[in-house]
Amino acid sequence: MQVNTAIVNKIIRFSSVDGPGNRTVVFLQGCNFNCRYCHNPETIGACRQCGACIPYCKTNAITLVDGKILYDRDRCVNCDECFHHCPHGSSPKTERMTPEEVFEEVKKNMPYIRGITISGGECTLWRDFLVELLTLAKNVGLSTMLDSNGTYDFSKDKELMAVVDAVMLDVKAFDRSEHEKVTGIHNDMVLSNLRYLAECDKLFEVRTVAVPELFDTKHTVYETSRLLHEVGKQEGIRYKLIKYRPIGVREEYRSYETPTEEYMNQLRDIAYNNGMKDIVII
Amino acid sequence: MRDISMDRVNTTRNEILGIIKNRTLTHEQKVAALAGKADSLMEVLELPEGLEERLNLDPADKIICDLNEGHAPMRPRYIIPDYAKFMKNGSEFLQLDPPTDIWEAVNSLLIFYKNVPSVTNFPVYVGNIDELLEPFVVDEAEAKKAIRLFLTHIDRTILDSFCHANIGPRATKAGRLILEVEAELENAVPNLTLKYDKDITPDDFVFLAIDTALKTAKPSFANHKMFSEELSEDYVIASCYNGLKLGGGSYTLCRVLLGNLAKKADNIDHFKKEVLPETLEIMAAYMDERIRFMVEESGFFESNFLAKEGFITKENFTAMFGMVGMAECVNTLLEKEGIQGRYGHSEVADNLGISIMEIMDEFNNNHVSPYCYGADGHFLLHAQVGLDVDVNSSPGCRIPIGEEPEELIEHLAHSAKFHKYFPSGVGDIFPIDTTVHKNMDYLLDIIKGAFDNKVRYMSVYEKDSDVIRVTGYLVKKSEMEKLKKGENVLQDTTVLGLGASRNSHILERKVR
Repeated sequence: MQVNTAIVNKIIRFSSVDGPGNRTVVFLQGCNFNCRYCHNPETIGACRQCGACIPYCKTNAITLVDGKILYDRDRCVNCDECFHHCPHGSSPKTERMTPEEVFEEVKKNMPYIRGITISGGECTLWRDFLVELLTLAKNVGLSTMLDSNGTYDFSKDKELMAVVDAVMLDVKAFDRSEHEKVTGIHNDMVLSNLRYLAECDKLFEVRTVAVPELFDTKHTVYETSRLLHEVGKQEGIRYKLIKYRPIGVREEYRSYETPTEEYMNQLRDIAYNNGMKDIVII
Repeated sequence: MRDISMDRVNTTRNEILGIIKNRTLTHEQKVAALAGKADSLMEVLELPEGLEERLNLDPADKIICDLNEGHAPMRPRYIIPDYAKFMKNGSEFLQLDPPTDIWEAVNSLLIFYKNVPSVTNFPVYVGNIDELLEPFVVDEAEAKKAIRLFLTHIDRTILDSFCHANIGPRATKAGRLILEVEAELENAVPNLTLKYDKDITPDDFVFLAIDTALKTAKPSFANHKMFSEELSEDYVIASCYNGLKLGGGSYTLCRVLLGNLAKKADNIDHFKKEVLPETLEIMAAYMDERIRFMVEESGFFESNFLAKEGFITKENFTAMFGMVGMAECVNTLLEKEGIQGRYGHSEVADNLGISIMEIMDEFNNNHVSPYCYGADGHFLLHAQVGLDVDVNSSPGCRIPIGEEPEELIEHLAHSAKFHKYFPSGVGDIFPIDTTVHKNMDYLLDIIKGAFDNKVRYMSVYEKDSDVIRVTGYLVKKSEMEKLKKGENVLQDTTVLGLGASRNSHILERKVR
C-alpha cells in the first residue's frame, strides 16, 4: 500500500488563534496561490535541495549531503535567514512526515488541546494525508479544523468532510479579477465553497486581509457578509478582519500601507450591517 | 526562660529605635515590628542540636528558616476559622447574632476578621465568601453594592495580601458578583482562589474568572479534585496558596533552603544520604518544639474564643514542612558531579529533583508530630514561595525566572511532576499577553489539561496589569512605585513585592 506523506513546514504546539480553544497547528508546505501580501512566503514552494540558503546560516544547522539538504534542529536558532534568502519561496526546515508521525507529535500536547488545525501553505494539496491524519485525531476525540484558501472542491469529497469539523476560509477578494490580481488565480471555487461550507455548517470563520491599495476591501467584506446573510448563516460564523502588515512579506510587495484603525472599524460596521455578530479585528 | 546578654538587649534596643524613627513604615507597621522585636528577646524553646548553625546565618547561607514566626509562638501561624458555623450560630464572644440580610452578613464577617490572629496579625483566610454570602443575595443590585463595600473594606483594613478568599467550585450568584466587582476594583487584597472542578464548575463561570484574572491577577485556580481527595472537601486555600483544613490550620511553617544546603554536600550521594536527612531531622524537631510550646504552654487553645466557640479545633491542625530552592539545589549537585543538565531543561536534572522530593516525602511520612491531628500526625509538605531577602533561591520547585522553557506545555509538564508532593501548597504563575491571546477558551483548555495532568494550582495575569502576582501574593505596581520614592504605603506586602522585584526578577517572567 502506498504510504501517504506530506511535507511539514512546522508544528505549533499551542495556538490561541487557529480556531476554538487551544489547538496544535500543523503547517503543510506548498500553495497554489501566490498572494502578494503573503506573510509566510516560505511555505509556498518546495525545497529544490539547491543549498542557496547554506551560506546564510550562522550556526551551520544546514548542510548539503549527497544532494540532499540536512537540517539540524538543535543547532538552529530560528533566525530565519535561510528562508528569507530562498530563491524558490521555500524553507530548508521542512520535513516529509507520515500522518502517524505527525499524530505522534500532536498526541504529546494532549490533554491541553481541544483539537488540531491543519494550515499551510494550502493544506488541501495533501488531501490523502489529511484524511488519514484527521481520522487519527477524531479517533481520540480531538476536533479537526482546516485553514484553507478554498480552491479545493469540498462539496465533492464526502470522505474528507466526514473527518473535518469545520473550515476557516480565506476570501482574499470577492471580485473575480481582483482575486486574480491578489493571488494569481480567480475565485470561482472559493465563492462556491463559501456558500457550501456555510450551508452545511462547516464554516467556522471567514478571513479577509485588508489591503485597500491592492483591492477594494470594503466591497469584499460587504459581498462576503451579504452572501452569508443570504444563506442565513451570518450569526454563527466569525469574520476575522486582518490588517495588512509588512512583517514577513517579500520585499517587492512590502510597500502597502497598513490600514488605519478607523478603516478597520468601517469594515467591521459593513459586516455588522449585514447581520454578522462575531467580528474580530487583528 | 534562659538569660540573654546585655549586648543583645542593646542591639535590639537600637533596632527598636530605628523602627520608631522610620519614615516609610506606617504606624500599624511599626507596632507590628516592635512586637516582633520584643518577642525576639525571648528564649523559651528547647532548641534541637544543630539548629543554631543552620538557622542564624545570612540569607545567602541560611539552611533552615522559621519565616519570622518569633521565639515564643503564642498562636498558630495560619488559622482557618469555620465561618459558615459563625454565619449559622453567631458568636458569644463577639456578641453577634446570626446575620439575617446581606448588610448584616458583610458587617459580621468584617468584625470577625479583626479578631483572627496570624503570623502577620491579619487573617490569612476570610472564607469561601461566595457560599457565605449566597443565602443573602436577594436583590442583585443591592448585593453588588454590599459586596463592593465589603471587598473595599477588606483591601483597606486587612493590610497584606496573604489574606485569602475562596470561591467555587459551584457557580453562584454571589460568586459572579464577587468576580465582577474584583475586576472593577483592581485591588491587591484579598488574594482569591477559584476551586475549580471541570465536572462541577460551569465553563461560563470559569470564563468570568479568567477574565477577572487577566484584569487583576486573581483568582488563581486550585485543582479541586486533587485537594478534595487529599484533604477532604473541607479544605481551603489560605495565605499564598496553602491547602489547609477548614476549622483548623497550620501551627507553624519552617522551610529548608535546599540551594544553600546543596553547597554543603560533596556529591549527590552525600547530599541524599547524610546532608539532607540530618537537616530534615533538625527542622522537624524544631517544628515539634514550636508546636509543643504553642499547644502546651501558650494557652491559646484554652483561651481564644475561636477555639472555645468551636470555630477551630486542634483536630484540624497540622504544620507545614516547607522547602525552597529545588532548582538551585539540583543545579549545584549536578555541577559538583560534572553532569550536564539544568533543572527544568533535562531529564537527569528533573529526575534528581524528583528523587529529592521522594526523600522528603518519605521522611515526612515516617515522622510523627503528636499534635498534627489534622494530617494523621504528620506535617504536610509545602513549596514555599520565598522571601524578598532570599539570595539565589527560587520559590519551591519552580524553574528560575529567565530559564523558563520555551514552550508553555513543557513548563506545565514540569509543574505536574512536582505538584503532587505538596498538599499544603505549591503553584506556578504565567503572565499572559492578551493582545495575542484574545481567546478565553484557549486558557480554559490549558487549565483543564493542566489539572487533568495533576497540576495543583496555577495563576495567570495580563503582563501589563497594575495588580500582579509576586510569588504567591499580590501587589500593585503603582504602590511599589510610591514606596520606591519613600512614601508610606498601606499594605505590608508592597515592601515584599518591591524586594522581590529587585532580588527575584519577578517582573521578568516569560510572557506566554
